[in-house]
Amino acid sequence: MTFIEYKALSPADKVKYKVGEFFSQIPNKLSVFGKTIANFFKNLIAKIIAGFKGYGSRFANGDMATKISYIVMGFGNFTRGQVGKGLAFLAAEILYFIYMANFGLAYLNKFDTLGTVKTTQTINPDTGRPMSVYGDNSMLILLYGTLTILITFVLIGIYVANTKAAYEAELALKAGKKNLTLKEELADFLDGKYHVTMLSLPVLLISVFTILPLAFMILIAFTSYDGQHTPPGNLFTWVGLETFRNVFKVTEGASKGYTFVSLTKWTIIWAIFATFSNYLVGMILALMINKKSIKFKSLWRTMFVITVAVPQFVSLLLMNQMLQDDGVVNVILERMGMQPISFFNSTAFVARVTVIVINMWVGVPYTILQTTGILLNIPEDLYESARIDGATPVVQFFQITLPYMLFVTTPYLIQSFVGNINNFNVIYLLTDGGPSKNPNLYQAGETDLLVTWLFKLTMNSNDYNTAAAVGILVFIVCATLSLITFNLSKSSRNEEEFS
Amino acid sequence: MIKSYKLSRTISDIVIYVVLGGLGLLWVSPLVWLVLHSFRKEGGVSVPYVFPKEYTLDNYLDLFTKTEVFDYPRWFLNTFVVAVFACIISTLSVLMVSYAFSRLRFKSRKTFINIGMVLGMFPGFMTMIALYYLLKAMNLTQTLPALVICYSSGAGLGFAISKGFFDTIPRALDEAATIDGATRNEIFWKIILPMSKPIIVYTVLTSFIGPWCDFILVKIIMGDKRDNFTVAMGLRKMTEKEYKQNYFKQFLAGSVLVAIPITVLFMKMQNYYVEGVTAGGVKG
Repeated sequence: MTFIEYKALSPADKVKYKVGEFFSQIPNKLSVFGKTIANFFKNLIAKIIAGFKGYGSRFANGDMATKISYIVMGFGNFTRGQVGKGLAFLAAEILYFIYMANFGLAYLNKFDTLGTVKTTQTINPDTGRPMSVYGDNSMLILLYGTLTILITFVLIGIYVANTKAAYEAELALKAGKKNLTLKEELADFLDGKYHVTMLSLPVLLISVFTILPLAFMILIAFTSYDGQHTPPGNLFTWVGLETFRNVFKVTEGASKGYTFVSLTKWTIIWAIFATFSNYLVGMILALMINKKSIKFKSLWRTMFVITVAVPQFVSLLLMNQMLQDDGVVNVILERMGMQPISFFNSTAFVARVTVIVINMWVGVPYTILQTTGILLNIPEDLYESARIDGATPVVQFFQITLPYMLFVTTPYLIQSFVGNINNFNVIYLLTDGGPSKNPNLYQAGETDLLVTWLFKLTMNSNDYNTAAAVGILVFIVCATLSLITFNLSKSSRNEEEFS
Repeated sequence: MIKSYKLSRTISDIVIYVVLGGLGLLWVSPLVWLVLHSFRKEGGVSVPYVFPKEYTLDNYLDLFTKTEVFDYPRWFLNTFVVAVFACIISTLSVLMVSYAFSRLRFKSRKTFINIGMVLGMFPGFMTMIALYYLLKAMNLTQTLPALVICYSSGAGLGFAISKGFFDTIPRALDEAATIDGATRNEIFWKIILPMSKPIIVYTVLTSFIGPWCDFILVKIIMGDKRDNFTVAMGLRKMTEKEYKQNYFKQFLAGSVLVAIPITVLFMKMQNYYVEGVTAGGVKG
């Protein structure tokens, strides 16, 4: 379509054309996304190769002191007037060796088998009572082994920085410049290297309490750590992709495979219904509240928004209690001579519909909050021309409002879709996964999502490896969706637009 | 013709009023029920009528006087202390990370941002078990500092909104200050922070509210050590089968007491949220 043809379209058709173009571009964007990832790895490999080359050439070109600092860290800086910096490098090296000798190496040695000495029961010769002699603890070996590997990576980073610093100090002296003193160097951390100061504390916290546990759990997925292999009584070991195979293997009777498939189906159904029911109802309500002739706008808005402000666990616990078999809703229904409904304990269908409806009560106000601003921004002339053409409000909604909103809020929709896949609170607090009458489900109920199943697997049956594998699969799905959103939205590319 | 147009408009307005009124009532009714019945004197879990027959303050007083089984005041204090510390650490982390990502230019900045985004996409529950053993190795399980660590350690990953806000502050300000001889440190404290009140208030409030609403981490870390429960965990305990019959009305009263301050704070935050996010998120 040429520009002139486009200009000649009516406003409604223009929106339609743009929306169509947007969706037809998605496959294209996907391939760009794939290429970006491929490029990322290509660059990474190139950087690593360049790093090694630099490492070698610095050794070849450097003088004796620089060469010594390839073994004794900080030597190059120490001998060239940067005493403090040199000592800091040396301290890092010494600390690392002390750590390895006293702690890390013992765990790292057993990392490939995760322990071989079993815990055994013997009779205590002194008291005559049975006692257990503890052998290797696979869990601790895995945890501390992972920690040691992470620390080693950090030290390698410091080590490379040390060789660079030594070489630079040498070059500076050769060029007749003076090297920075410790004081100047420290002052630079408040200016030129301010990002180091700002990032070190958060990065440290995140490494220890997010990255380390995450690496540990990812590794768990490749071991046999389940209910039968629980330390300290038993050992577990590496099993490769066995756990993933079990998750995908659908057999007769209660199995992890069957549970995984049926919970995945329900998770997707849930995510679709939860996202779109909230979206549509919230948008229609926002439109109603913002209609020009409607009065008491702030009253209506407050009525809905107040449920957002109340902490979610209060409102969900309250709902859970009200809808119990002996809860207030059923008591009142009985009083009115109607059949009480067992919301959470009868069939899967009733429980599922209930959670979707309750989720609307929780989620619609959020949509109202978030869409109001965008709805007010829809160009008024679109509606005007539609009205002149005689379109009814319903037609206007489906022909103008909905396409426009879908176009503008796709990132928001994908985000809330991902959020609903991970919507732990609603399911856990409302039904706790129940009803659990299906004997084929392993450690799960009919309304369990993958994330609540993950939680139950770790808390109730100690199936850590299955839980970790499920977590990784959920992550892959969510991460792909989120990265696509991020690429689709402009904010990542136009970062500098304002500055 | 014009008359009928007016008529149809009034009809549609009336329909909208009815729908809004009906749904609005439906939306607030559970909360109204919560408040009303927290003052109820008679009955146990549920009564078959909407308005209580007799009102009393006993449910509230019992929360603070009968503390042998459920020590509500202590939980409230626990939660408050945890929330204050978590809030300080989180706010600092978030502001520091987002300032570095937004205003400073350094090698591998993009890599850091991408790693941060990917880390944020793992389901939080995956790390909980490992976190538990890590805290156990540090001898911190069943203590309040463990909760502070859990709530605030990952805060730096939530840099997106405040980074967006910092991005909107003109860089010319930084440049002018640099020419006048200010270091980056001085720019951060003296120029950027004073201009960022909405986003600071927003970050403070969200990180303060967080600990009040979570109970999963508390459940894992505290186990059965009731003295160190937070309010959310304690209230959930009250609704368990063996306690429900005796403590349900106290549960209602306790919920109201938590909900009031959080609701007020949330409403406050709402104003800043709109300011902060529209400023930070116009780029969509």
